[in-house]
Amino acid sequence: MKNTLRQVFHSSKFVVGFVIFVAILVTMFVYPLINPGNPLEMIGVGTFARPGTYVSLYDATKTPTETFRLADADDKRLASQLSAEDRVAMVEWFTAAGIDVEGLDISDTDALLDMWRANYDASVKPKGMTNAKRNYYKRLNSAIEQVSAADTLIITDKDAETGELVEQGRVTKTDYVNVGQVTNVKTLPLGTDNFGRDVLKELVSAAGTSIVIGLLAGLVATLIGLTLGLLSGYVGGFVDDIIVFITNLFTVIPGFVLLILISYSIGQEQRGAAVVALVIGLTSWTWTCRSVRSQVISLRNRDHVNLSKLSGHSLVRIILTDILPYIASYVVMAFILQVSSGILAEAQLSLLGLGPKTTEVPTLGLMMNWAMLYSAHTNGSWWAYFPVILTITLISFSLNLMNTGLDQVFNPTLRD
Amino acid sequence: MKGYRKYFGKKIVWFLITLVVAVILNFILPRLMPADPVSAITGKMAQGMTDASAVQEIYKRYEEEFGTNKPLIEQFLIFVKNLFRGDLGTSFSQYPRKVSNIISSAIGWTVALQLPAIIVGWLIGNLLGALAAYIRKGFDKVLLPISLFLSNVPAFGMAVVLLVLFAVNWKIAPISGGYAFDMIPNFSWRFIQSVISHYQLPFWSIVLVSIGGQAVGMRSMSIYELNADYVKYARFLGVKDRKIVGYVFRNAMLPQVTGLAMSIGTMIGGALVAEIIFSYPGLGSTMYSAVTAADYPLISATTLIITFMVLVVSFLLDIIYGFIDPRVKAAQFDS
Repeated sequence: MKNTLRQVFHSSKFVVGFVIFVAILVTMFVYPLINPGNPLEMIGVGTFARPGTYVSLYDATKTPTETFRLADADDKRLASQLSAEDRVAMVEWFTAAGIDVEGLDISDTDALLDMWRANYDASVKPKGMTNAKRNYYKRLNSAIEQVSAADTLIITDKDAETGELVEQGRVTKTDYVNVGQVTNVKTLPLGTDNFGRDVLKELVSAAGTSIVIGLLAGLVATLIGLTLGLLSGYVGGFVDDIIVFITNLFTVIPGFVLLILISYSIGQEQRGAAVVALVIGLTSWTWTCRSVRSQVISLRNRDHVNLSKLSGHSLVRIILTDILPYIASYVVMAFILQVSSGILAEAQLSLLGLGPKTTEVPTLGLMMNWAMLYSAHTNGSWWAYFPVILTITLISFSLNLMNTGLDQVFNPTLRD
Repeated sequence: MKGYRKYFGKKIVWFLITLVVAVILNFILPRLMPADPVSAITGKMAQGMTDASAVQEIYKRYEEEFGTNKPLIEQFLIFVKNLFRGDLGTSFSQYPRKVSNIISSAIGWTVALQLPAIIVGWLIGNLLGALAAYIRKGFDKVLLPISLFLSNVPAFGMAVVLLVLFAVNWKIAPISGGYAFDMIPNFSWRFIQSVISHYQLPFWSIVLVSIGGQAVGMRSMSIYELNADYVKYARFLGVKDRKIVGYVFRNAMLPQVTGLAMSIGTMIGGALVAEIIFSYPGLGSTMYSAVTAADYPLISATTLIITFMVLVVSFLLDIIYGFIDPRVKAAQFDS
């Protein structure tokens, strides 16, 4: 046993897969400790808030300020306020006024503003420009100048009795607050989803549920497959015929279709995560049964098995001590594959709208389903779906890498 | 010819048996469930109704429509009789359209999308896998992790990524549908062009996903064969490398054909979900809209037709296998 483990951990593929999988598992357990709370809590009122750090504006105005005179602050402010149309309009003015705009990049705010300040003259009347358009440029010019002037925003409060506005504070352009000192700051590394939930928190919880669904489905499938495979291979005869017949049937009839039929028939109300896992397990045991059966058949007439039979050992004991240890590695590998395909099956079912019921737990498939329903993919909210796809891929990639590594250890002919 | 006849006869009998079982399962599974589909539908239809007798009336009408008030055996016979006539009932969500009509307009899209995609993915994957096994070294080191990673991207995930990159960001492919919204299917050049441009993303997302899995399988099969005794023996005899590779490739190919026959159900399942992402007008999207609208007859019909398609494809693969498997061929020469 110890030797086998050592051998397994010598396979680089297994180790890489194992490390990725363990890293995901550790995140699943550690992250809720750092960031506790209900993953389905809707913290945002709007949909799809961008990833980033959110600072409470209200608290920020009450935080002690520092004054910084930063040279590029005005230009940055201006750059963020100058819309693309304004920039195009500025270039239009230059051309209308006969100024050479060769080599001017409108996304370069500094150059554009320098040129504007150097050349703009409200009294110039370019040919063919309407009065309204000239007034527009005047407004644009004053807007640009205002940003550079020292403006102050006054924060007021409404007096409940008189209805008068009472000054509470002033904010100037050179006021800065330390983010660490603001009372309420929320970092959302992956933003929020369509319901206003913290995507990262939801994702961690969903990955956990999906892995549990995968494990449960894999366990059910492996147990059924193993039992039937052992019976079929070892007992043989009539039992074998029946089991082989059933196995062949369900290899050809797609499990996915059965899964849809059963899930739909169970109905939304009864469909918890555990039920979905069970149904997935019940429809995917055929692979395991087939491979176990063929392994057992090749073992059945080995000397040590015959010796056991002659010694009068019971069927259960022969299977447990003389057969199972020899096929254990195959069963483990089949189990790993079942887990990964179980996770995928849950995701596909959920995308069809047949996943676990939506009010209890998030799963990776449900998150994907929600993101698609609210067209996150077409409105640019990558954080709502891409991390989910990546997580599913990484989980099944790590499981398959482990499987390939094990395969190479136990099948020397496949070794590199 | 006797060997072939026996082989094919066996396969045909097997195909018929699975077909019958599939039909029975499709019929019986929803009826075995504790939840009564008819009452579920009635509940949906009678939402907000307070008159108990009106609700009862609705229930009775649906009972009549499905024939659930008759004994199970009789229901099954009616079901089979209707199947033979191509009658799959009436859709709820697209009433009064016939289910068979909806299915027949969707099935062409699915077959035209998935069959070429799976075949192309299978061919490219096998070629790359064999190359990786033969060349080894750098090619293999790079290709294997990429293939493994690709094969683990779910089909719908690949579909979303391609959609966002090519259709939303770079705008070089249409976002959804099987053809432009302002068109009616006809045989004009403009329509065909539109269909082709809408075809690209769903097609490549399925191909990319299936390449990975096939390449990994073919690589290990080929390595297994390259290490086999007959290859060593042939090398000792001084047989040319090229000829050996030919043998190895053929031997490694056989399990890949069986593998395709066995995994075709899973592949189609994944590809159907990918269709939903693109709102491609095939069976996957039909099934999705049927599920969301609780259109019971349509769901049951789509699952049946998908099962039928999978059965036919695996039957055809079995037949092809018979022609290329030397063991079946040998049985043919013996007799």
